[in-house]
Amino acid sequence: MILASSPTTAPARQPCPPRRGDSGAAMQERGSVHRRQWFGARLEPLMDRLYGTALRLTRHPDDAEDIVAEAVGQAWRRLDTLRDPQRFEAWLFQILTNAFISEWRRRRSHPQEGAEGPDTEALAAEQFTLFQQLHQPFLLWWGSLEEQFFNSVLQEELQAALDALPDPFRLVIVLVEVQGYTYEEVSRLLGIPLGTVRSRLSRARGLLQKSLWRQARDAGVGSGHQGEGGHSP
Amino acid sequence: MSTRELGCEEVIERLFDYLDRELDAQQAEDIERHLARCRDCFSRTEFERRLRAMVEASGTVKAPPRLHRRIRHLLDQFDSDETDALP
Repeated sequence: MILASSPTTAPARQPCPPRRGDSGAAMQERGSVHRRQWFGARLEPLMDRLYGTALRLTRHPDDAEDIVAEAVGQAWRRLDTLRDPQRFEAWLFQILTNAFISEWRRRRSHPQEGAEGPDTEALAAEQFTLFQQLHQPFLLWWGSLEEQFFNSVLQEELQAALDALPDPFRLVIVLVEVQGYTYEEVSRLLGIPLGTVRSRLSRARGLLQKSLWRQARDAGVGSGHQGEGGHSP
Repeated sequence: MSTRELGCEEVIERLFDYLDRELDAQQAEDIERHLARCRDCFSRTEFERRLRAMVEASGTVKAPPRLHRRIRHLLDQFDSDETDALP
């Protein structure tokens, strides 16, 4: 869609992005066309994931669009630094993540947006697991509360529950579960100790599962099953 | 490499490290061996894996047409910048 007016030449015979100034002006001109084709062809299939990831990170559609545009611009300007074209996707997402984190840090420097410490609810939620609320070992899977839960929870509700997490918790869960970064990478990206990554992740999961449990109960999951109300921590 | 028999408590404690691929090959194998013979831990693992997949899927959202237009415009600018830069 983004390249509706662009050639869609498959870059199969062009394993590397053409570099500026390969040799002579004519080559350079051809190179720029190839570079644009190469770049665009790889960018297009990633657009929904770029936007979705940016939306989970920023929580706001306008901010998400800004971050994607910023990342695409930076990626184009730094294309010569991409040594392994097979890593284009990971490289681009890294640029997107860094663009977000820079902006997030800048905004956090404002005192009104600096709330960071783990609150009581987060500490309490750390021990919460949805599975314990739903699991009934003697029921068949398809009649179980677990299955009822997965049938009831909508992707939009899950997104809203993620977006509602306090920033420090939301960021680690998005970086680990949505983007697939290792704990070590998250520690480096956010500049926090590894132990903090682990504790925030654990609290984020607890808070998220608690929120989904509330939604599921509101949707009637568990009504009619004995004892489900007695599990709430 | 030596294998180790894990108990349920240890498996549940390391479950998210396993799902997040934070364990080395031997540790992951120890967990998988336990999951193959423990129905409760297997159920818990499958539940968390399924929930995790939903969280992962939340990172894919159809990009709005306005963003596609904006990126297309940006790419067109790249073209003209490159042409301007030619000697």
